[in-house]
Amino acid sequence: MNENYAVPAVALVVVATVFVGAFGLRISRTTSDFYVASRTVGPRLNAAAISGEYLSAASFLGIAGLVLVQGPDMLWYPVGYTAGYLVLLLFVAAPLRRSGAYTLPDFAEARLASQSVRRLAGAFVVGVGWLYLLPQLQGAGLTLNVLTGAPKSLGGIIVAVVVVATVAAGGMRSITFVQAFQYWLKLTALLVPALFLVLAWQGDGSPRNAFDEPATFREHRVVRVDSGLDLKLAAPLNVTATGTVDGERYEDEKVRLSEGVHRIEQGTRLGFTKGDHVPVADRGSNGGMSTSLAEGREDRPLYATYGLILATFLGTMGLPHVVVRFYTSPNGVAARRTTVVVLGLIGAFYLLPPVYGALGRLYAPELTLTGDADAAVLLLPDRVIGGLGGDLLGALVAGGAFAAFLSTASGLTMAVAGVLTQDVLPARGVRHFRLGTVLSMIVPLMASVVVGGLPVADAVGLAFAVSASSFCPLLVLGIWWRRLTPPGAAAGMLVGGGSALLAVAATMAGFPGTGPLHALLAWPALWSVPLGFLTMVLVSLATPGLVPAGTAAILARFHLPEQVSGGQVRTAVSAKEAKEVDA
Amino acid sequence: MAQDPTDRRVVVTGPPRRTRRLNGYRPRTEIDEQTTLGHTYVRSLIRSQLRAALTVFGVLVLLVGPLPLVFTSMNDSTNLEWLVLGFCVYPPLVLLARWYVRRADRNERDFVRLVEDR
Repeated sequence: MNENYAVPAVALVVVATVFVGAFGLRISRTTSDFYVASRTVGPRLNAAAISGEYLSAASFLGIAGLVLVQGPDMLWYPVGYTAGYLVLLLFVAAPLRRSGAYTLPDFAEARLASQSVRRLAGAFVVGVGWLYLLPQLQGAGLTLNVLTGAPKSLGGIIVAVVVVATVAAGGMRSITFVQAFQYWLKLTALLVPALFLVLAWQGDGSPRNAFDEPATFREHRVVRVDSGLDLKLAAPLNVTATGTVDGERYEDEKVRLSEGVHRIEQGTRLGFTKGDHVPVADRGSNGGMSTSLAEGREDRPLYATYGLILATFLGTMGLPHVVVRFYTSPNGVAARRTTVVVLGLIGAFYLLPPVYGALGRLYAPELTLTGDADAAVLLLPDRVIGGLGGDLLGALVAGGAFAAFLSTASGLTMAVAGVLTQDVLPARGVRHFRLGTVLSMIVPLMASVVVGGLPVADAVGLAFAVSASSFCPLLVLGIWWRRLTPPGAAAGMLVGGGSALLAVAATMAGFPGTGPLHALLAWPALWSVPLGFLTMVLVSLATPGLVPAGTAAILARFHLPEQVSGGQVRTAVSAKEAKEVDA
Repeated sequence: MAQDPTDRRVVVTGPPRRTRRLNGYRPRTEIDEQTTLGHTYVRSLIRSQLRAALTVFGVLVLLVGPLPLVFTSMNDSTNLEWLVLGFCVYPPLVLLARWYVRRADRNERDFVRLVEDR
């Protein structure tokens, strides 16, 4: 990859982000401007902003890498990310807007009139937000590392600084412009190279074996193994090796590897010939974004697929940076329309990463071995097209990738900073919001520098699973069920979200290596979401006396069209009336 | 309701819309004042919206739920998986969303017409 073009492209994206942010700064004046852009953002602009914010590093780089390594099963990720918005539209979008709250903890407090539930929701927002920020920073580090060979922490630091600067300076209003701009940038950055790649593929005689299982090498290729790994062979394979295989040194010698598992040490070069099947590396040994929880997947593919579907379908509505966006719509009807546009925009975007994944299987199958499969999107233009055109397209993709890190990271920072300002810092107001911004970025930045090789897809999956088992029950029951009580909500969030958190933490620490228990812990959504719902319902039913007095009025406000409710906040209602409704 | 029988006589002679306004009786008042009747109106709206949401959610589950089973049960599902998950699921998602929004908006319009008595 030629850094002469890629580095200016990344720099251009960063400068453009700051510039568009500064444009927002000029019209961002009050606290309300800061948090929700004074609720004046129309459906089209808001939808582009939501999509721009949502399409993260995992979408831009991760999906193609996952598909490259693990095949079409991984296409469930983009499907889930999109369908999550449909579920959000069905159960949450308009009532959430009408609730008139700024953040998720605000929603919890408005609905349940309880400070402790509010604080618990705030803790989950900060936790999920930090978990989700981590992969953005690591993805930025990886991108810059692949492009220039810079140390892996540098990209993360750049993203952190730019995001803190734009968010602290302009808040949500400027972020709305930045995000909308970045959606179109990201779409262009994937679409244009994809068109050229497909043309090049056609010029190549449209080889069909992209969909073959397993992938095969199309030409002689030498692969350098960057970190030691175990190679699983289904059939014997002849390679040319320089380095250490199964504990023996080779120097450019032909080696016949028998069926089974072989240990390849770091720095070994393996030469494959045309037509060889690409061997499968044992996952978990490298730290890329695409490593995922592959072992659990192999143990229980069907269970894992359903776990993934449930986590992404229901987890989207609880992601803090997604939810906070709905407060910026002028009214509930606009919030709904916005969501439909969002579905179209992100659906269109998600048609592209699979193209890169398929072409990657064809033209860069060895990425499965080097541990840099996430770089497939970045490397393909150079690999397939080459020359000046390849360099320019590669630079475009790199710029788009940086747009992805910047936009998602700013949305998350916004949400986390909002919670920190309101619930942790001693006073509200713009100055403390700026302090909160710095705080909300510094923790994941430290973590990304310290933890380093944490598998990134795990962090994203964890964020979705935790959100699906804590915020999804809170939002759905809070909006549609009048008997929800504060103890029920708190218990449900703690039991559902907490157990999902523990389960994936145990998996990441490598607790049960294999077997059904491992699959259960690696894909917790399938049991932790029902557990969260069940706990919330049962504890609420057990504490019927604690239904907040204003519940009926608040539910009315959530669901009544603005022209009937007048958009006013009406909470005062006597306990007697609330009881009448329950009866 | 809180209506004087003598007022009702006047109602019969006038155009119904206007007399009701003169009476000051509109369902909307019931909602604003949060009477039991007002709550019944609101509950009916919530129910119809929940029904719309659950219907579309049910279609989504029926559409997507069996797919992993189908893929597993087939011998060579790879090509189908690429086609379905890479492209074919997205248009139905958008169409479902549009269908739901149209229904939810209509529910709300009907409700407004009912309570504003138009």
